[in-house]
Amino acid sequence: MPASVMHAMPEKVAEPARAAKLRVRNLNFYYGSFHALKGVSLEIPENRVTAFIGPSGCGKSTLLRTFNRMFELYPEQRAEGEVLLGDENVLTSKQDVSLIRAKIGMVFQKPTPFPMSIYDNIAFGVRLFENLSRARMDERVEWALTKAALWKEAKDKLHQSGHSLSGGQQQRLCIARGVAVRPEILLLDEPCSALDPISTAKIEELITELKVDYTVVIVTHNMQQAARVSDYTAYMYLGELIEFGETNQIFLKPGKQETEDYITGRFG
Amino acid sequence: MAPRDIPGAVTDHAPKPFMPRKNALMDAIFRNITRFFAFLVFSLLAAILVSLLIGSMPSIRKFGLEFLWSAEWDPVKEQFGALVPIFGTLVTSFIALAIAIPVSFGISIFLTELSPVWLRRPLGTAIEMLAAIPSIIYGMWGLFVFVPIFQERVQPLLAHTIGKVPGLGLLFSGAPMGIGMLAAGIILAVMVIPFITAVMRDVFELVPAMLKESAYGLGSTTWEVVWRVVLPYTKVGVIGGVMLGLGRALGETMAVTFVIGNAHHLSASLFAPGNSIASALANEFTEAVGELYTSALIELGLLLFLITTIVLALSKLLLLQLAKGEGTRT
Repeated sequence: MPASVMHAMPEKVAEPARAAKLRVRNLNFYYGSFHALKGVSLEIPENRVTAFIGPSGCGKSTLLRTFNRMFELYPEQRAEGEVLLGDENVLTSKQDVSLIRAKIGMVFQKPTPFPMSIYDNIAFGVRLFENLSRARMDERVEWALTKAALWKEAKDKLHQSGHSLSGGQQQRLCIARGVAVRPEILLLDEPCSALDPISTAKIEELITELKVDYTVVIVTHNMQQAARVSDYTAYMYLGELIEFGETNQIFLKPGKQETEDYITGRFG
Repeated sequence: MAPRDIPGAVTDHAPKPFMPRKNALMDAIFRNITRFFAFLVFSLLAAILVSLLIGSMPSIRKFGLEFLWSAEWDPVKEQFGALVPIFGTLVTSFIALAIAIPVSFGISIFLTELSPVWLRRPLGTAIEMLAAIPSIIYGMWGLFVFVPIFQERVQPLLAHTIGKVPGLGLLFSGAPMGIGMLAAGIILAVMVIPFITAVMRDVFELVPAMLKESAYGLGSTTWEVVWRVVLPYTKVGVIGGVMLGLGRALGETMAVTFVIGNAHHLSASLFAPGNSIASALANEFTEAVGELYTSALIELGLLLFLITTIVLALSKLLLLQLAKGEGTRT
C-alpha cells in the first residue's frame, strides 16, 4: 500500500502535455470522523476527459464533490487541502460559492429534471446569472440542447414537462442544463448508471464532443466506459489515489500491481 | 407433473384439494368486510347529509335562498339569515391562512434545509405539541391572556398605522375591544400552524437530495432552490397541507366562540365582534326554542358542510391548473 501518493504524469505523451485546469493538492476529506480521502494530489488537464475509477466506497465521488463544494450542504462533511482553479483555492475561496458552482457544472447518477418544462429546465440556470432577452434565451436553449444532442428530439416539445422525456433523454437534458450556463468544467458522477446501453452510447459520444469546449471529469464504475471515453484515468482505492496517468497507459501498462489487479478483474 | 408422479409422495388422502377452497372463502370474507367498512363511511356521509337536509327543511321552505344573503338574525321575530356567520367563518379562516401559510412555510424550510441537525427534533416536537393542545385551552388563553394584550397594545398600534391608510384603514377602524374577528383569526392561525407545518415539513423531506444538489450545482442560492425546485416539486402536498389547515379553521368551534364576540352584526372592520357558523351553533343550540329556530341552525350546519366541500373541490381544480402550467406529461 503506497503511503506516499503517486503522482504519475504520463512519461510518453503523444501530444504536448495539457495545461492543468484543476490542481488538487494534498486533499483530505472527512465524513464526521471517517477519513474518506487521504492526501490526494492530482492535476486535471484542460479540455480533456479525466475518469476516476475504483471499487465502491473508494472516494471517487467524494473527490468529485469537493471540486464544487457540494459537500458543504452537509454540516458533518469537511475537506482540507487545496483544489486550485486558476490560482484560487476553491475550498477556502471568499468568492460566493454559487459563482464557483456556476463555473463547475455537475451531472448526477440519476436524471434529475426540475419539475418544469424542458425549456425552463435549461433556462433555470441561465436566468440565475444572466439577464437575456426572450430571443437570446431561445438561442441559448437551442444551443445547449444541440450541444447535448437533444435538440432534434426535444424541439417540438420544449414546453412539455421535463418528465415527459425518456431516462436517457432526461440525462441529456441535465447535461444540456449544465452546459447552458457555460461552465469551464463539467463533473459527471456516474452519468450512465441508470441508463440502457443505447442511451449510454449516446452520452459517451456526447462526452467526447464536449471536451472540445470543456474540461470533463467523469466518475464511473464501468472500466470499459473509462477506457472508451477518457484521456486520463485515476485509479482510487480506500480513499487513496493509487495511480494517475494517460488512459492507454493505465489500461495497457499500469505502473502498480493494485491497478493491474483491479483492471484485469482479479480484484474489485 | 401431477402429484402422484412424485416418488414417495402420499397422495391418497392429501388435504391439498380442500386448501384452495378454504383460502378462497377466507378471501371472500376478507374482501367483503373491507368493502363493508369502505361503504360504511360512504353511507355515514350520506346519512349526515340527508339528516341535515331534512332538519333544515322548515327553514329552507320559509326563507328559501334569501337565507344565504340576509343579515338578519332575530330569534324573537323568527327571522333568520346566514350572512353574518358565513362572512365571519370565511373572514376568520382567511385571516388564519394569511398568517399561517407564510409562517408554516418558514418553519418547515428552516426545519428541513437550514436548521442544525441537533435542533430539528426538539423544534419539530414543540410544534407538534401545539397541535395537541385542546381547542378549549386556546379559547381560554385567547380570552384571558391574548385579548387584553391585543386590545391594549396591538389594536391601537394597527389603528394608528394601517388604520390611517385610505380604504385599507376601514378594516382596522373602530373601538379596540380586543375580542372580534381579527383576534379570532389570529388564534385560529396559531391553531392551524402545526398542521400545515407538519405536512409541509414531511413533503419537503421527500424531495430527493440529488434534485436539490442539481439546483445548487447550477449556482442557486438556498432561496432559489426552495422557491423554484422544492416548492414546485411538492406543490400537491403543500396545497394538501393548506387545505387541512383551512378545513380545521372553517370548523373550529370552541376557541373561536371565546374570542369572536358572538354578535350577529355585519361590519367592515376586523376589530368588530362577529360570529362564525360553528360558534353560532355552539352558543345557540341550547337556547333554540321552536322548530324554525332549530331548523335555521341546522341549515347553518348544512352550509358549513357545503362550504368545506366547495373548498375541497376548488383545491382540486387549483391542482389541475398547476399541472397544466408545468407542461404536459405524455
